Amino acid sequence: MSEQKIDGFELRPGFKGMASDTGSDQTMFKGVHWGKAMMWIFLLSDTFVFSCFLISYMKGRGSTIVDWPNTSEVFSLYVGGVPVPLLLIAIMTFVLITSSGTMALAVKYGYEKNRKMCGWLILATAVGGLTFVGMQVFEWSKLIHEGVRPWGNPFGAAQFGSFFFMITGFHGFHVSIGVIFLFIYTYKVFAGHYDSKKRGWFTKMKGDYVEIEILGLYWHFVDLVWVFIFAFFYLW
Amino acid sequence: MEETNKMEEPNKQEEQTSTQKIGIYLWIWGLLFVLSFFSYMVDWYQFQGMLRWSLILFFMFLKAGLIMAFFMHLFWERYALVNVLLWPMTAIACFIFLMNAEFQYTLFSRFFYFVVGGA
Repeated sequence: MSEQKIDGFELRPGFKGMASDTGSDQTMFKGVHWGKAMMWIFLLSDTFVFSCFLISYMKGRGSTIVDWPNTSEVFSLYVGGVPVPLLLIAIMTFVLITSSGTMALAVKYGYEKNRKMCGWLILATAVGGLTFVGMQVFEWSKLIHEGVRPWGNPFGAAQFGSFFFMITGFHGFHVSIGVIFLFIYTYKVFAGHYDSKKRGWFTKMKGDYVEIEILGLYWHFVDLVWVFIFAFFYLW
Repeated sequence: MEETNKMEEPNKQEEQTSTQKIGIYLWIWGLLFVLSFFSYMVDWYQFQGMLRWSLILFFMFLKAGLIMAFFMHLFWERYALVNVLLWPMTAIACFIFLMNAEFQYTLFSRFFYFVVGGA
C-alpha cells in the first residue's frame, strides 16, 4: 500500500497516512468510491439506532423486579416431543451467515467481472435472506399464538414482548429491504448493466461492480446486527 | 472541482485490481460457522454466571470483528475511513455505562418503594 499513488498523491500507511489523507485539501477517503463512503456513513448512523434499541433493552430488563422470561424455553421447538432450546434461532443464525458468505464471494466475483458467478451468488444471498424472513414470520406467529404481546406475556416480565417485537422487527425490516434490493441487483447483474456501464435509476453514475460491494456492505451489516441481537436477546 | 473529478477515475481502476484471494473468504466463513456453533453450545450446555457472559461476549466480538474486518473489507481500507467509523463506538460505550448506572438506580427504587414499602 505504501508506494501506491492516487493522482500524484502519495498514500502513506497507518496513522501518518490518516493525517495526510485528512489534511490533503482533497477527497478525504482516498481510493474509496463516494457511494461506498456514503453507505458506511449510513451504516454508522444505523449502528446508533440499533445500539439505542439494545441499550434501552438493557435498561428495561435490568430495572424490572419481575423475572425475565427464560429465552431458552420461550424460543424452544419440539422435535419428536423433545424440546430443543433455541433451535429455530440457531438455524436462522446459520442461514444468515451462509448468505453473508455468498455475498462476500459475489463481491469478489463482481470485481473479477465474472458476471454469471456474481449473479448466481447474489441470487443465493437473496434466497437465504428470504428464508430468514420466512422463519422470523413463523417465530412471530408462534409467539403471538402463545400470547406474547407488547404489553404482556405469560412467561414473565411484561417488557419482554415490546423489546422482542421492536428489536427483531426492526432487524427483520432491514433484512426485507435487503432482500428486495438483492433481487433487483440479481437482475441488474444478469442483464449486464455493470459490464455495459448502464446508468442507474436515481443517479447519473455509470454502472460499476463497486455497487455490488456497496450492497454487500449493507448485507454484512444486517448479519452484524444479528450477531449482537443473538448474543444479547437470545443467549443472555 | 476539476481536481476531484480527475481523482475519481483512477481510483476505480485501482479498486478493481485489488481483489482478495478466495481462500480468505472461505476461511472467515468457516470460522463464523464454528464460532456460531460454539455460542449456541453455551446455551445448549446451560453454562451460567460469569462463564456464560464472558463466553457470549467473546464469541460475539470475535464474530463481529471478523465480519467487519474481512467481509466488509475494513482490514484493507485506509486508516482515514477506519478511524472515522470506529471512534464513534466509544460514544456508545459511554451510553452503555450511563444507562447501566441508571437501571441499577431504577431497580433500587422499585425494590425500595414497591417491595420493601418505602422508608
